Amino acid sequence: MSDTVIKNHTENLHEEHVHRDDTGAKMGMWLFLFTELLLFGGLFLLYMAYRLQYYHEFHIAARELNVGIGTFNTIILLTSSMTMALSIAAMQRSRKGLSLFLLASTKILALGFLVNKYFEWSAKFEHGFFPGSDVLIDKPRGEYLFYGMYYAMTGLHALHVIAGMTILVFMFVFITRNSITPTNYVKLENSGLYWHLVDLIWIFLFPLFYLMR
Amino acid sequence: MANEHSEKNHSVGYGTYVLIWLVLVGLTVTTVSISGINLGNIALAVALLIAAVKSAFVINIFMHIKFEEKIFKVFIAIALMTLLSVFVLTAFDVFFR
Repeated sequence: MSDTVIKNHTENLHEEHVHRDDTGAKMGMWLFLFTELLLFGGLFLLYMAYRLQYYHEFHIAARELNVGIGTFNTIILLTSSMTMALSIAAMQRSRKGLSLFLLASTKILALGFLVNKYFEWSAKFEHGFFPGSDVLIDKPRGEYLFYGMYYAMTGLHALHVIAGMTILVFMFVFITRNSITPTNYVKLENSGLYWHLVDLIWIFLFPLFYLMR
Repeated sequence: MANEHSEKNHSVGYGTYVLIWLVLVGLTVTTVSISGINLGNIALAVALLIAAVKSAFVINIFMHIKFEEKIFKVFIAIALMTLLSVFVLTAFDVFFR
């Protein structure tokens, strides 16, 4: 009897002494986000150089983009960022069900973003606007480059949306399995940071591609 | 331990997030409306300024940086300044070529 008590006691002690450094974990996540900043930063840099070089052609090419879909998708992503932040806030207040609901909402909004993207790109493809198409090759070099940048940058961003959704699916499972709890939720916070970065990149992609009229 | 405690005290309320979301949507509507007006050369500057303000809200509130330790702010500031200087230097290079 007393042996079990001692054993339980030492197990508890062991639990309490598990080393955990939430600030360090977040710092690591931010360092990763800086590498993402470099990845997209390089593309933005190239965009700027081409835009300076082919100023008028960029403006003409940008008129073809659908501002309505772009605006709608911006609002979808902003909303998903809010539900992500709210999901963490709910977890902090021990409201697991609400946290899961908000996390699921974030994923549904992300899916909505991708569905819009699919329709947007399909419409462009139908009109022959895709990298290497005859329609684009016949256009002036600046317009061709604009579409090259457009597909490369929004495409890479869409890949990040897919990656973010995958991470959020894992977080959902972690919460249901109590691997993320109201006292230990740094995984959820770090996934949130990634998701907000995806939103941040779109905040710049949107005016640079869609709002150049 | 002390840090963990102070972080808990800084957990942001639901209302704040909703308010920030409203501001972000408002800024999006503003930037779309402004793009319809012909502002000429400053159009890009205005669009980027609005994007920067939106980013500041996302980083500070959604990403919680306002309530994080100072070292995070220092790191982010250095990263952004580095990126900005690369952009400015490249812009000069392309522009005066």
